[in-house]
Amino acid sequence: MSTIATPLPEGPLAWKLPYGGKVGMACLIIAESAIFTIFVVAYLFYIGKSLSGPTPREVLETPIFYTICLLSSSLTVHFAGKFLERGSRAAFLVLWLLTIVLGGLFLYGTGQEWHRLIYEHGLTISTNLFGTTYYSLVGLHAFHVTAGLTMLTIVLVFGLAGRVGPEQSARVDVLSLYWHFVDAVWVVVFSVVYVLGR
Amino acid sequence: MSSDALVIQTGEAAGQPWVATLHEWVTTVDHKRLGVLYILYALFFLVIGGIEATIIRIQLMHPHNDFVSPQVFNRMFTMHGTTMIFFVAMPILFGFGNYLVPLMIGARDMAFPRLNAFSFWLTAFGGLLLYFSLLGGNGLYGAGNAPDVGWWAYAPLASRAFSPGHSSDYWTIALLASGFGSIATAINIIVTIVSMRCPGMTLSRMPLLAWMNLVMSGMVLLAISPLSAAQLMLLVDRYLGGHFFDTQAGGSATLWMHFFWIFGHPEVYVLIIPCFAFASEIIPVFSRKPIFGYPVMVGATVCIAFVSMSVWAHHMFTIGMSSYANSFFTITTMAVGVPTGIKIFNWLGTMWGGKIQFRTPMLFCVGFLFQFLIAGLTGIMLASSPFDWQLGGSYFVVAHFHYVIVGGILFALFGAFYYWYPKITGRMLSEGLGKLHFWLFLIGFHLTFDLMHIPGLLGMPRRIYTYEPGRGWDTLNFLVTIGAFVQGIATLVFVANLVISYFKGKKAGNDPWDAWTLEWSVSSPPPEYNFASIPRVSSRRPLWDLKHPEDPDSRYE
Repeated sequence: MSTIATPLPEGPLAWKLPYGGKVGMACLIIAESAIFTIFVVAYLFYIGKSLSGPTPREVLETPIFYTICLLSSSLTVHFAGKFLERGSRAAFLVLWLLTIVLGGLFLYGTGQEWHRLIYEHGLTISTNLFGTTYYSLVGLHAFHVTAGLTMLTIVLVFGLAGRVGPEQSARVDVLSLYWHFVDAVWVVVFSVVYVLGR
Repeated sequence: MSSDALVIQTGEAAGQPWVATLHEWVTTVDHKRLGVLYILYALFFLVIGGIEATIIRIQLMHPHNDFVSPQVFNRMFTMHGTTMIFFVAMPILFGFGNYLVPLMIGARDMAFPRLNAFSFWLTAFGGLLLYFSLLGGNGLYGAGNAPDVGWWAYAPLASRAFSPGHSSDYWTIALLASGFGSIATAINIIVTIVSMRCPGMTLSRMPLLAWMNLVMSGMVLLAISPLSAAQLMLLVDRYLGGHFFDTQAGGSATLWMHFFWIFGHPEVYVLIIPCFAFASEIIPVFSRKPIFGYPVMVGATVCIAFVSMSVWAHHMFTIGMSSYANSFFTITTMAVGVPTGIKIFNWLGTMWGGKIQFRTPMLFCVGFLFQFLIAGLTGIMLASSPFDWQLGGSYFVVAHFHYVIVGGILFALFGAFYYWYPKITGRMLSEGLGKLHFWLFLIGFHLTFDLMHIPGLLGMPRRIYTYEPGRGWDTLNFLVTIGAFVQGIATLVFVANLVISYFKGKKAGNDPWDAWTLEWSVSSPPPEYNFASIPRVSSRRPLWDLKHPEDPDSRYE
């Protein structure tokens, strides 16, 4: 008796719910935003509270070029997705590669800035509160850029192997949603660290 | 049609070697098996956390007791709190959520089954890591082992200078690992509910359990993430020489408190909302009435989630905040009482005029209802900041939140065990043992936690390892400890019931309670694929419609 399922009416086919991948990524973005919020709050709270130098005003230089790189990579990843949807794989691959190059340039910019701060100004994560909050916030963002670049590269490898077609377009869109998020976070980090923080 | 008889293959019964069975369980991605794993894992830690509580109570049984040293006492209350919140309450609720949500919304599995397994193993790994601190926290040369900084790990107590060795790091990393597991599970539950409901199951027809798990998961995203962020900062401080919480370099100890309680208070609601969900499923079935005020229930849940995000600093009245902050957090905290009160009235409204059947699940839910009310009332008392200045950090607070967690959460959970055990195992739990469990636990609970308020009012601070005789605390503390033992015995009755009924219990059949939600339409235990064909629903109570074609709910929607 217990092995028989109670019969229920079966479902019609006309029943459309949102694509799970996109909803999942949206949830991840909410969770990640909460993490970044805490780091941003800590940064804002500690502006000007360092007991010793160097201060942001003395050592930080606004990374205009690398910011343009990162923000324009949002455009390239968006249009790459559009091209994939329409089935033009070559255009997709070119724009996708361009996205990776722009993201890579941004990471290089962060590395260069850190190198300058450490070797020229002697600012490390343990120097003062500015160092602690700066390296953690910018580092957390750079970590997310690195994670994004890794995933973009995996898609590129599959794309070069000819395995990414229009049928994967929805999945590719999920990844580009993450990449847009990484860019949007940079807008906040940039405003907090390079504009408000000085 | 799905009316074809579906014969369930019981793989294990077919003489499979136990290694193969074990392999199946370790590598499983089935939401039901993962749910059971979560629950078993949590029950294991419940026993450990319970033993720690017993050690604490034996030490406080009479003045100047020396059952354990002060150092061990500190470790015991730290481990007890951390274990019970992160490795008992969270996993057990996720376990029920995992098991029930897909079944109740007519889905075959969670949205991301492998992510689901990954979350479970992350949580499991976190728990093991926390207890590995007993061996690895510099235990070998005796410089402290288990974490002893309290479950809040307030700065600067958790800094390198005051917490040498690695015990605090095990605490941090254990919580970080299980926190990522929780976030992933929350994402999974949300996506399952948003994207995998069966045809016809609109949001307004979804069982309240699914609704409340949706809200709870949303809160996990916003509450656990700040804790993870704060843990990362603590690691930066401890390992890289950072100064986030280092007051000597201009850092702020208060900032840690804010970050911790931005997690800590919503966490209470993360734990209690799934218990509201159990009550909202069990009370209607045993009152033989549909839930009273379904839309208001959903609205009140969402409202609680919103308001509870802005109440955290009521845990911090005693540190001396500005009067504006005190007023704000007093008002918001009291405001949470409004939607919670609405819920209590709705449950009462469901029971009102119903044919109430006092089976064990219902008994626990009625206990939950009244005890949670009292817990809420002491909460309102503590929300008033001047009152809190007097009693913050006393045993009154300990009594208050144990009233919430044991009287509210645990009672609802026991109800859920009695209600869904037949679905999970195919056998009924014994009613006789169940009633014994209920009454013993009820007596033990009230003996412990009603009386615990009084030493608090008389000024007994929490977290002291012993006290002077003659302050009026002695007899009360002795009785509180006796109550703890009664609860321990009741829990043993429960465990015995779980084990005995698994082998000897009455066969349950598909629908032992004559209930109305989809999980009761499949066999007990459900087949691996849940539903042979995806069902279609046209009301909130699909099984009622099926059993009463002459008067279906769908007619009134």
